[in-house]
Amino acid sequence: MIDVHWLYVLAGAAFAAFAFGSARNASNPRRWGNTLFWSLLAISFWFGDFLGDIGNGVLVLALVVIAGMHLLGHGASHSTSEKERQGFSERFGNKLFLPALIIPFTAFVGTLLFTYTPLKHSGLIDPKSVTLVLLGIGVLIALVTCYAWLRPPAIAAVDEGSRLADSIGWALVLPQMLASLGVVFADAGVGTTIGALAGSIIPHGSIFLAVLLYAFGMVVFTMIMGNAFAAFPVMAAAIGVPILIHQDGGNAAVIGAVGMLSGFCGTLMTPMAANFNIVPAALLELKDQYAVIKAQVPTAIPLLIANILILYIAGFRL
Amino acid sequence: MIDYWPLLGIALVVVGFALRFNPLLVVAAAAIVTGLLGGMPFMKVLATLGHGFNQNRNVSVLYIVLPVIGLLERYGLQQQARALIRRMKGATAGRLLLVYMGFRQVLAALGLTSVAGHPQTVRPLIAPMAVAAAEKEHGELDEGTGERVKAMSAATDNIGLFFGEDIFLAVSSILLIQGALAGFGIQLTPFQLSVWAIPTAICAFLIHGTRLVLLDRQLRRGR
Repeated sequence: MIDVHWLYVLAGAAFAAFAFGSARNASNPRRWGNTLFWSLLAISFWFGDFLGDIGNGVLVLALVVIAGMHLLGHGASHSTSEKERQGFSERFGNKLFLPALIIPFTAFVGTLLFTYTPLKHSGLIDPKSVTLVLLGIGVLIALVTCYAWLRPPAIAAVDEGSRLADSIGWALVLPQMLASLGVVFADAGVGTTIGALAGSIIPHGSIFLAVLLYAFGMVVFTMIMGNAFAAFPVMAAAIGVPILIHQDGGNAAVIGAVGMLSGFCGTLMTPMAANFNIVPAALLELKDQYAVIKAQVPTAIPLLIANILILYIAGFRL
Repeated sequence: MIDYWPLLGIALVVVGFALRFNPLLVVAAAAIVTGLLGGMPFMKVLATLGHGFNQNRNVSVLYIVLPVIGLLERYGLQQQARALIRRMKGATAGRLLLVYMGFRQVLAALGLTSVAGHPQTVRPLIAPMAVAAAEKEHGELDEGTGERVKAMSAATDNIGLFFGEDIFLAVSSILLIQGALAGFGIQLTPFQLSVWAIPTAICAFLIHGTRLVLLDRQLRRGR
């Protein structure tokens, strides 16, 4: 059965390739920093399960030191020039979109096949990781197609991959780091403390104020933790279930669903949700690392107001 | 008596991000401080951090798409995306992003969350297309405007994803809500929950869609 560990092997190979590509790029003044950084990630993906918790912790600290001491950089790339690219684009035309579409198409067809047909029970792919495995398969098919059609130099995928990885830099591991911070937060009892804090300032007698506190609690706690998943059980236990559902008789489905969606408004406004907010800024090579968050806040705030109204009206007045 | 000391780690994160220290450094420092204040010995904190990192490797798997995207960029993918938009009559940055958001929401509502995303679609296709469409309306973009159009492309992807996916029954957040409420003896089906994601999905489309229409108007005015 293909499970997520196969994908970790593939990802380890990708990071090893980024390390090799960085080492080759003599125009990057800090290339050995990059090489070490991507090598550590390759080690994590390949051997993480054998390093032990302390070993992995040391690996994490090593990544932090490399990033924190500004040992990462990027140089001129081995890629084609703007002018050459213009020429290629005229030559290959819209067919260039096809390999890019192989990855989503594989995910699309594969998800349908492995969710709605007997293949689901074939035991070919671990049901828990269907999406990720299909992503990996899509990438491999797309890579083979690119090589067969465009005939780039053999090393091109390595150089181009490390060009993009170097331009993202440390931001690439930030989401994973934040997920591990979440584990430490949970073990240190941060969630219980916040829940107790929110529960202790609950206003009595006003349903609307309780709704407001519940939604704001979801937003603030989501902004702190970087995702609404960590916030929901805490806020449900502190306010949602005891006050809104049991005491005030609110509609449980509304309180649950729209409470979570209020948290999503918080996700739009926090650098802690790095994979959505910080990585794209790096990926698009924006000067301001908070540019994506700034673009989202004017949508997030009116949407939060809409959520509060839905919570109040659909939860208590319908 | 509630022990508030572990919350100091949160304050550290907020201050660290605000002062724009390297975020990896901020996160590691916050983890260590929070763990120590929560009564864990240092080695335990280190082990927890390492364990968490190893368990969450799936978060970073997506980057295996980078070599493919890089290869296609080498052969002019972004240039072709721009050319396509320039030839399309009536294509503006706002309209393009509006259509993209609609697709993203509908696909996410069908459970197809990973068919699009920042490395797969926004960087190679959507952002260059939006910039090209904006240039058509506005002429050459100054740096600030170009950054805003690109940031808006990423924002539109996020908003489409977040406020579409909960309509799908089997998405993890719906299952989490169901599980959390079941823990309090409240039994709900995923369908009962996901129906209530629809009003917010519509509001998100209307609110962000309005901003996209306004973006076009600003771009035209700036010409």
